[in-house]
Amino acid sequence: MLSKRVIACLDVRDGKLAKSIRFVDTKDIGDPIVKAREYYLDGLDELVFYDITASSEARNIMLNVVESVAEQVFIPFSVGGGIRSVRDATDLRMAGAEKINVNSAAVLRPELISECAAAIGSQNVVLSMDIRRVGKTAGVPSGYEIVINGGRRPMGMDALAWAQQGEMLGAGELVVNSIDADGTRDGYEIALTRSVAESVRIPVIASGGAGTPGHLHDVLTTGKADAALIASMVHYGEYTVSEVKTSLHELGVKVRMSW
Amino acid sequence: MAVIVDYDAGNLRSVQRACTEVGLAATISDDPEAIRHADRIIFPGVGAAGSAMKSIRKSGVDVALQHAFRSGVPILGICLGLQISLEFSEEDGQTTLGFLPGKVCRFQLRNRDLKIPHMGWNEVEVQRRHPLLEGIHNGDEFYFVHSFFPEPEIPTTIFASTQYGREFCCAAGLDNFFGTQFHPEKSGRVGLGLLDRFRNWDGQIAE
Repeated sequence: MLSKRVIACLDVRDGKLAKSIRFVDTKDIGDPIVKAREYYLDGLDELVFYDITASSEARNIMLNVVESVAEQVFIPFSVGGGIRSVRDATDLRMAGAEKINVNSAAVLRPELISECAAAIGSQNVVLSMDIRRVGKTAGVPSGYEIVINGGRRPMGMDALAWAQQGEMLGAGELVVNSIDADGTRDGYEIALTRSVAESVRIPVIASGGAGTPGHLHDVLTTGKADAALIASMVHYGEYTVSEVKTSLHELGVKVRMSW
Repeated sequence: MAVIVDYDAGNLRSVQRACTEVGLAATISDDPEAIRHADRIIFPGVGAAGSAMKSIRKSGVDVALQHAFRSGVPILGICLGLQISLEFSEEDGQTTLGFLPGKVCRFQLRNRDLKIPHMGWNEVEVQRRHPLLEGIHNGDEFYFVHSFFPEPEIPTTIFASTQYGREFCCAAGLDNFFGTQFHPEKSGRVGLGLLDRFRNWDGQIAE
């Protein structure tokens, strides 16, 4: 039986690990390569790096980070942030990333998803969606709206419709990132995650709001997610990765327990 | 020198890095001569059977691999590398290399909650002892990404299996060829362990 995955998310700014709260304040909390290796040895199932810088110099720093991580971490990892072209995607793949995450650029130009899928395979293209809860309207019937540019720009697009379109265009996985829950550590947005998971046939990764192993349990069971993203709860040392996984195991969630 | 066979089939450097980690020096090459002279061969790959076969036939890598297999050179197939080492793949209706009698089938699962591709960590159950599987315990998990699975014809060539809606063969071998459906290079310590054993494997399956 397939295990549910615990994925750690590392926001990287100028080569350093950063963490945001509700997408606004960010502060540096360490070396991403050191953290990646530490989590890998402690039983992490997968890693995601988001490059939260935009400048071209920073992109080269990011490629170096990816190369170093690939030399030390032998689990799948994906990289996102600022991917606008197939070239960006293949550069990251060459540097050692397994999968790439597209987000804002795909919203603005959906063909980016199919172009990347053709170049590196659907299974390696992850569509990351930043989603905000809004009132239900004709344009956003689910009441969940897609926002881009780090949560600053609402797009008037329905999250469920975009998830289905992304799957159709060739995304191999979806990240459902709740901007309302991000950084709160009050738990994932379960209803949103479940709605997306029931709308598509590709794996769904829940993101935003993890504070306790119980939160992961809820989104991996009631929320129907295939994987759960964690950040603050391990970055600040409150939990170790192995503690999170052991708790999930004890709560009856099938996770990989030998590493 | 070990050679990682390059046929434009994806992330070969991750395989190379994992080899480096266990002390196995390996070059990436699509040159049939290099493959012919390799003292061990890793045959990785992701992608589709049809385009993979087209690519290795065009470059002459298919003949070099046949030669290596007959010469007793240890060969490790990974994912698509295992699949196209069987005789036939339902993917693209493709005739493949045929080191191992059997074919490759598409997952057809009744349970709609089981997604295709089968992607993520899953348990491996050892069915038969093999030098490359020493130290692997039933229930150890490996990383998978695939929509097709191998179905070897001869039961004694099946060395491990995994459950995903049904039981399927996830490791198969014959003589000096061994292949895994999972990705040892992405499977943490247990995966590196398999690569480490491949580094010293003499190509024999001792009873």
